[in-house]
Amino acid sequence: MDFAFFLIQLLNGLQYGLLLFLVASGLTLIFGIMGIINLAHGSFYMVGAYLAWSLSAMTGSLTAAILLAIPLTVILGMGLERLLFRHLYQRDHLYQVLLTYGLILVFEELRSMIWGDDVHGVAVPELLNASIPLTDNLSYPVYRLAISGVCLLLAAALYFLIQKTRLGMMIRAGASNRDMVQSLGIDIKLIYTLVFALGIALAAFAGMINSPLSSVFPNMGSQVLIICFVVVVIGGIGSVKGAMAASLMIGLAETFGQVLVPEVAGTIVYVLMAIVLVWRPEGLFGKG
Amino acid sequence: MTEDPQQSGEVLLEAGGLHTFYGVSHILHGVDFSVRRGETIGLMGRNGMGKTTLLKTMLGLVRPREGQVKVRGIDMTQAATHAIARRGIAYVPEGRGIFPNLSVRENLVMAARAAVDGRREWDFGRVIATFPRLGERLGNGGAQLSGGEQQMLTIGRALMTNPDLLILDEATEGLAPLIAREIWSIIKTIRASGIATVIVDKNYAAVMALANRSVVLVKGRVVFSGASNELSENAELMQRFLGV
Repeated sequence: MDFAFFLIQLLNGLQYGLLLFLVASGLTLIFGIMGIINLAHGSFYMVGAYLAWSLSAMTGSLTAAILLAIPLTVILGMGLERLLFRHLYQRDHLYQVLLTYGLILVFEELRSMIWGDDVHGVAVPELLNASIPLTDNLSYPVYRLAISGVCLLLAAALYFLIQKTRLGMMIRAGASNRDMVQSLGIDIKLIYTLVFALGIALAAFAGMINSPLSSVFPNMGSQVLIICFVVVVIGGIGSVKGAMAASLMIGLAETFGQVLVPEVAGTIVYVLMAIVLVWRPEGLFGKG
Repeated sequence: MTEDPQQSGEVLLEAGGLHTFYGVSHILHGVDFSVRRGETIGLMGRNGMGKTTLLKTMLGLVRPREGQVKVRGIDMTQAATHAIARRGIAYVPEGRGIFPNLSVRENLVMAARAAVDGRREWDFGRVIATFPRLGERLGNGGAQLSGGEQQMLTIGRALMTNPDLLILDEATEGLAPLIAREIWSIIKTIRASGIATVIVDKNYAAVMALANRSVVLVKGRVVFSGASNELSENAELMQRFLGV
């Protein structure tokens, strides 16, 4: 493997890992803060991708489509939290699994009714439709670099929000003692609604920006969901820092695995998860 | 302590005819309770008599099956806990309730709020001046503090909300005598600053020395409500209601 090829795989692995982080950070926040196991999280990734495809077909611009789709997914997240998820905070996880599994089926059915069962491609925005030459015959797409940049910016913003702002302190406090947060005059239900909507919007946004690379197809949410649960388990439930470390680890392991040992590439992340579970059952950044 | 010096003060918190259940267990049996501005009330009773349930019911953490809770004259029986707290009521719960995953500074900063009338008499600086030990541990996680420091943090955090009424449930429980004395001295300072207080504590003598009025619960019923000295000077009542 020469250096340019290695560099391309490294960038691909990082880009995939950063994209996984966007989806997994929402999953781990919703799980860690609100105690909700959201099996339908991948469905929001799919909804984001389909919205990007259909709205970009309408407007002729992926950027415009994303700008329109983000508020729609935030509203969707807030609506679902108020309508369904709010009633499950005090319930056993089994109820949450049943509800969110049901939501997967509902979303897939709705997707089939609204958008059909075909595979669709989404055009890369004109401005980013270029490549950076690495050697005489190898180059790297600008769009992939742009995605990585956006993901890094969002990760930094998320870190700032959770660790450095008063809202972030309230969110973290809510994860430890919900009644006490309320006794301090803080509306915990509003905070939960915001966290849920944020998590959903992040997953949907990941689906939107990845749609030109992955295409848009039925059941695309399920693939992402499984790998994101692996990220959450490896990183530690509720840890955004852990989600970042695990996402990058999995992104790189899967990308290099497909190049170096393609026969067993599909199992690498699960072997990684098994090792972490044996070594640190609470995950790399879990609280134990 | 003689008559309640605050008879004419605004009623901050008022409960009338509260009946509260945990499942099929009937805990409160028609409890009446009120706190006026600037008043200090000792809420007493042996273990399991319903003191904490009464506090939680008035704070909206537990819903009564019957009765009414008014905050500053407004019916808030069905209101959310945060809405009740925002009307100037702060709670220091039994077991402290610090956020162990937040630092000392974060525990305080996240709670900061102006009073109902916009006052900000208690801010970060004043709380740290009142609890200098916390000032030395601002970067520590809540879980790394000693029991006494955790209690100071919980009281300091409650003060950051600039309350008109502070409810302290077993604030000195499990603390070394020296630390407990420090907490009592802080409660005196808070009381002197004009904040009304409801104190639940097993140290009845200390409670009655501070409280204008004492209320005693026995099996979820108010069996005594009056001047603290009427209770403390009546050995028969003390023995019958409190076993001391």
